Amino acid sequence: MSSFPWLTTLGAVPLVGAAAVAAVPKEKADLAKKVALAFSTATLGVAVAMATQFKKGGDRFQFTETHSWIKAFHINYGLGVDGIALVLILMAAVLMPVVLLAAWNDADESQAAGKRSVRAYFSLFLLLETMMIGVFAATDLFLFYVFFEAMLIPMYFLIGSFGGAQRSYAAVKFLLYSLFGGLFMLAALIGLYVASGRHLSSATFDFTTLSNAVAAGQLGISPGLAKALFLGFFVAFAVKAPLFPFHTWLPDAAAEATPGSAVLLVGVLDKVGTFGMLRYCLELFPGASKFFTPLVIGMAIVGTLYGALLAIGQTDIKRLIAYTSISHFGLITLGIFAMTSRGQSGASLYMVNHGLSTGALFIVAGFLISRRGSQLIDDYGGVNKVAPKLAGVFLIAGLSSLALPGLSSFVSEFLVLVGTFERYKAVSIVATTAIILAAIYVLWLYQRTMTGPLKSGLEKMTDLRPREVVAVAPLIALIIGLGFYPKPVLDIVNPSVNTTLSHVQKQDPAPAVNATQTLPKAEPK
Amino acid sequence: MSVLTLLAAAPGGPADAPANTFTAPHVEYRALMPMLVVFGAAAAGILIEAFLPRTRRYWAQVGLSLAGVLVALGFVISNHGMAQTTAADAVSVDGVTLFLQGTILALAVLAILLVAERGTGTADLDAFAAQGASAPGSGGERAAEAAGLRSTEVFPLMLFSVGGMLLFPAANDLLTSFVALEVLSLPLYLLCGLARRRRLLSQEAAMKYFLLGAFSSAFFLYGVAMIYGYSGSVRFSDISAAISAAPHSDVLLLAGIALLAVGLLFKVGAVPFHAWTPDVYQGAPTPITGFMAAATKVSAFGALLRVAYVALPGMRWDWRPVLWGVAILTMLVGAVLAITQRDIKRMLAYSAILNAGYILLGVISTTSKGVSSTLFYLAAYGFATIGAFAVVTLVREGVPGRPGADGSRTPDEVGGEATDLSAWAGLGKRSPLLAACFTVFLLAFAGIPLTSGFTGKFALFTAAIDGGAWPLVIVGVIASAAAAFFYVRVIVLMYFSEPLAEGPVVVVPSMMTTVALGLTVIVTIALGVLPQMALDLADKAAYFVQ
Repeated sequence: MSSFPWLTTLGAVPLVGAAAVAAVPKEKADLAKKVALAFSTATLGVAVAMATQFKKGGDRFQFTETHSWIKAFHINYGLGVDGIALVLILMAAVLMPVVLLAAWNDADESQAAGKRSVRAYFSLFLLLETMMIGVFAATDLFLFYVFFEAMLIPMYFLIGSFGGAQRSYAAVKFLLYSLFGGLFMLAALIGLYVASGRHLSSATFDFTTLSNAVAAGQLGISPGLAKALFLGFFVAFAVKAPLFPFHTWLPDAAAEATPGSAVLLVGVLDKVGTFGMLRYCLELFPGASKFFTPLVIGMAIVGTLYGALLAIGQTDIKRLIAYTSISHFGLITLGIFAMTSRGQSGASLYMVNHGLSTGALFIVAGFLISRRGSQLIDDYGGVNKVAPKLAGVFLIAGLSSLALPGLSSFVSEFLVLVGTFERYKAVSIVATTAIILAAIYVLWLYQRTMTGPLKSGLEKMTDLRPREVVAVAPLIALIIGLGFYPKPVLDIVNPSVNTTLSHVQKQDPAPAVNATQTLPKAEPK
Repeated sequence: MSVLTLLAAAPGGPADAPANTFTAPHVEYRALMPMLVVFGAAAAGILIEAFLPRTRRYWAQVGLSLAGVLVALGFVISNHGMAQTTAADAVSVDGVTLFLQGTILALAVLAILLVAERGTGTADLDAFAAQGASAPGSGGERAAEAAGLRSTEVFPLMLFSVGGMLLFPAANDLLTSFVALEVLSLPLYLLCGLARRRRLLSQEAAMKYFLLGAFSSAFFLYGVAMIYGYSGSVRFSDISAAISAAPHSDVLLLAGIALLAVGLLFKVGAVPFHAWTPDVYQGAPTPITGFMAAATKVSAFGALLRVAYVALPGMRWDWRPVLWGVAILTMLVGAVLAITQRDIKRMLAYSAILNAGYILLGVISTTSKGVSSTLFYLAAYGFATIGAFAVVTLVREGVPGRPGADGSRTPDEVGGEATDLSAWAGLGKRSPLLAACFTVFLLAFAGIPLTSGFTGKFALFTAAIDGGAWPLVIVGVIASAAAAFFYVRVIVLMYFSEPLAEGPVVVVPSMMTTVALGLTVIVTIALGVLPQMALDLADKAAYFVQ
């Protein structure tokens, strides 16, 4: 497995790219953009090449690399991906060139109020990509935490330097919320490390060692301590995801960020939260996870409905999309904590699909906003008369977001709801109403902006330019493709989900779960 | 009498020694060389002041100070692995001593570079008054400035202070401790009052520092007397032996420890003995503030460690709860008050208080991990602090030129430091490199991964949890969250705010400050990304001799 350092290479390509972009002379802004695009495309190439080497039935963690980093604390530079991490890395790699293309003119002088650096903008994007790959690929908890926190810095500058009028406020709110959550995780991380030193042969941050010790019942931490540590991790992830009631930073951040940053923020960064719950919370603290399940499910269901209801009432397009995401994150969390294989497979798939559909939605909204210069829904109307392609793409992205059958989100949402139904019937039924609310916010948004009489000032609106078509086409293709044929992703994800589930269920075998299927089918009772 | 026989005779105590014979103590000069070199250089510096013509003093002093400190650093390095007491057990040279002495000397090199900054031709960046003795605003002051006088006496003063700092953590009895405390403090009181600009503020700071420092020294001395009364000795090993032999709850002992703690906690700037910190940090010339904030803290924590671990290990169930309280108060007060500050130097002062609280976590843990994490954090914190104050010295108020009689304008000048936070708005746009440096230091203070501050905090928190002090870690985490707010606020100000129309001028320093700033940035990042070597060093150094 350790023949070629795939993951290090994957992370290094955008990092080199970031340096290269920063080194481009100031006057050649266009060259900087092209260099950035070239590097992000190369990253995607490496990611795809790596994915073809992934063995579906093989070890849980593949492409592993382990080097000692800080011996004093038994910290390793440990990388490796399981199925879930792999698809999330792929999603990030797909989104990055798309975002760069879509954000092509964001930092240009004509677009911005103040003086902004094109090089800094594109360089920060690539830096962020390195961090995103690192956070999903880390198998050492400490390394994960480092990427988890370090990821904030480029995003903070992306929002704070290049966003809308309230960008500074939004950036600080984003950073402080995340730092606050991160500090709780740090405390829990240290607690776990010290506990591992007491009960294992040596203290460790290695995830595989820790989760195996937990599964074998060797990590003898008391239930009370386990609960405290669980909460430390969970709060960090709940802020990141964001889960109700830790969500208030997201609408501000997403609305003030440029559409490109918003895509990465909501599409990838926030996934670290749900990814972390699934991998770290459940496997390291199975007992505590089960103890807190009612609370988490409660938060998830409230968030699902609350986000959807608030989305309906928004007057700002980007805020609206942000609130839909809060609703979707509620569903993803629901799928994870339902603790059924269907629910968790669905949640994993949902993470990818949400990245694609919300990404597309933000990007198309960004195209729209860049034409009119306003984020307010009321400023638009009848766009499909002047820009039919734009309106069409917007509709597809929106429909995917409301989980129309045939589009990718449907499969994942369906799996989550079925998975939840197997264990919590009432919750699942309530959650299903979110689909109706989703139809309201998406279709009403489309109706108000795209149909009806043309609003004055929009007469000269241009349709999608070739660059924009190229940017959004891969996303639409994936949304439709995965809608009809989600099997490749599910095949990669399922073994990981089953491992997680077996770790969690170890001590509580009561609810029998069939853990072999790929698509929903009647479960033997 | 050799060291070994002295050690063997220790339990009996000096009281048993015959009164009428005096044997000169054996002195292991190699172990004392770092201090001897620094004190020697300081004395030579005084001679330079006395005999060298004024024009030649500056370079002679800079050269002598740097050479002295670097040679001392060389001796510290060559003494590695040493574990002995010498000079009749007055000084112990062990891992902790050597690590801290090395740190202090390295910090002193950087501080001397900052103190020596005089600017490049166009801008005069001398931080010190032309003549310390002339009253602010007097004719004497103007005459001294017109004559172009320079306060070169700051160099020997600094060296004396450095010498005291080297001795303080090495002192193995309470009297030597007290002497070291005074030797390090007295020059600092003077240096604080020598600022070139805002001299009244500077002199007020010096006065406050002196008065409060004198009080705390008196407390310390009173504590020494009481402990002597209890144990019949001032030597740490004897005190420790007396404690293990006799009941612990002696009033003399407890009162003595309390008074001793006041003196030590005053020097490290822990709440409730912190009140001097913001005023003194603000008023002192900024290079001195940086030196004081970094090196004094290292030295004083070294002394605190030695007193707690060598002299009073038997009393840890008594002093630990007190330090728990002090640590909690220090972290919370430091973090909360820092939020309300409008002046960058005051903010850094409260941040220093906050950091003292973190370091106390390491002291409280009473494990070797606790000692090594304290050592590492002191080094990490010291470098970042000097760097941060170095940045402060470069952001100056612009003094626009005045129109002259013939219609032409006098050239624009560089004024004092622009320490008000509002002046720092948009610094990232004016001077991206400087703002980036400052951001690195702020991120380190905030404990963001891949900076030295994070590694240090991680080590401290791990040691504290290992020692069962998890409530302290929770408080530490909450304080970190609050601290992140005010550090981030400065970053926001620098990058996301529009620069003021009449904003500050960022001066271009000479090589001196540039080198100091560059080194501190490199160390701050290196200790975050590849800390293994430094952690190993701190681990190996975490041993005491008695």
